[in-house]
Amino acid sequence: MADAALFEFLHTEMVAELGAHHSDPGPGGQKMSLSVLEGMGFRVGQALGERLPQETLAFREELDILKFLCRDLWVAVFQKQMDSLRTNHQGTYVLQDNSFPLLIRMASGLQYLEEAPKFLAFTCGLLRGTLCILGIKSLVTASVASLPTCKFQVVIQKT
Amino acid sequence: MSRQANRGTESKKMSSELFTLTYGALVTQLCKDYENDEDVNKQLDKILFSHFLPRGYNIGVRLIEDFLARSNVGRCHDFRETADVIAKVAFKMYLGITPSVTNWSPAGDEFSLILENNPLVDFVELPDNHSSLIYSNLLCGVLRGALEMVQMAVEAKFVQDTLKGDGVTEIRMRFIRRIEDNLPAGEE
Repeated sequence: MADAALFEFLHTEMVAELGAHHSDPGPGGQKMSLSVLEGMGFRVGQALGERLPQETLAFREELDILKFLCRDLWVAVFQKQMDSLRTNHQGTYVLQDNSFPLLIRMASGLQYLEEAPKFLAFTCGLLRGTLCILGIKSLVTASVASLPTCKFQVVIQKT
Repeated sequence: MSRQANRGTESKKMSSELFTLTYGALVTQLCKDYENDEDVNKQLDKILFSHFLPRGYNIGVRLIEDFLARSNVGRCHDFRETADVIAKVAFKMYLGITPSVTNWSPAGDEFSLILENNPLVDFVELPDNHSSLIYSNLLCGVLRGALEMVQMAVEAKFVQDTLKGDGVTEIRMRFIRRIEDNLPAGEE
């Protein structure tokens, strides 16, 4: 089994690779590279979702699925559970991780705050991809106020 | 949290797949990116080839710190010992496999790592138009980067690949020279 450190290093290289890639100073250059990272996360999330234990596919309630993401998916990917899950019961969920593993080695506090979004895009896609395979269309964004705490906001798209 | 305990094994499996799948997504993305720039596939693969080595190299440079801190392996006295550590300790720790070490050159400066199953290619099929793509080339970069940090200049390359129809995957390692300059005075 591949070690978690390997994923972390690869993720760092991906951020560096795609950051450099679309770094043309034109409008939306930064946005562009984030959406590429997000897209890659989405594909990985989908593939992971397909490999989930069958029982999870029988989830009925939206909330159950979100709980599943916080517990099982997070443990599978980051070897820890999400710290909190909040919702307004109208399709918006806020998932908070107080020590997000991909940020934890960077800083504790405000240093490198501008760099943080690059390290969250992949994971946003990962959540969106897994939700998608479970039948939920969503928008996932992330925000950091102070490293290494970060919040993922999931907005369910009603059709 | 009894649910979590039940799924323990699945979680483990998923986290190993996470790396494999993520790497796959990266290769796919790069293939796509360069297709826009260059339509010639030969060119594409050349770019990919030269692209993964430095990426892997960067990973190796950082991975060696993690490895030395966790494995308690000291300095190797010869290349044979290095080969053993790579195959039995490092590959085991990071990829969960133990390649066999074979085909030593008479001078003892070249050997092959034979991978029965390469976890990187678990879900991969190489399409015809990418037949010259060296999919797992990242690994060669990792090996080179990590060894350079312990003062060994080596060359690593794939000579056989199951993705291309070979029976096994073979990485050929060649010792080039010891890097002396970086040694702090008084050591050795």
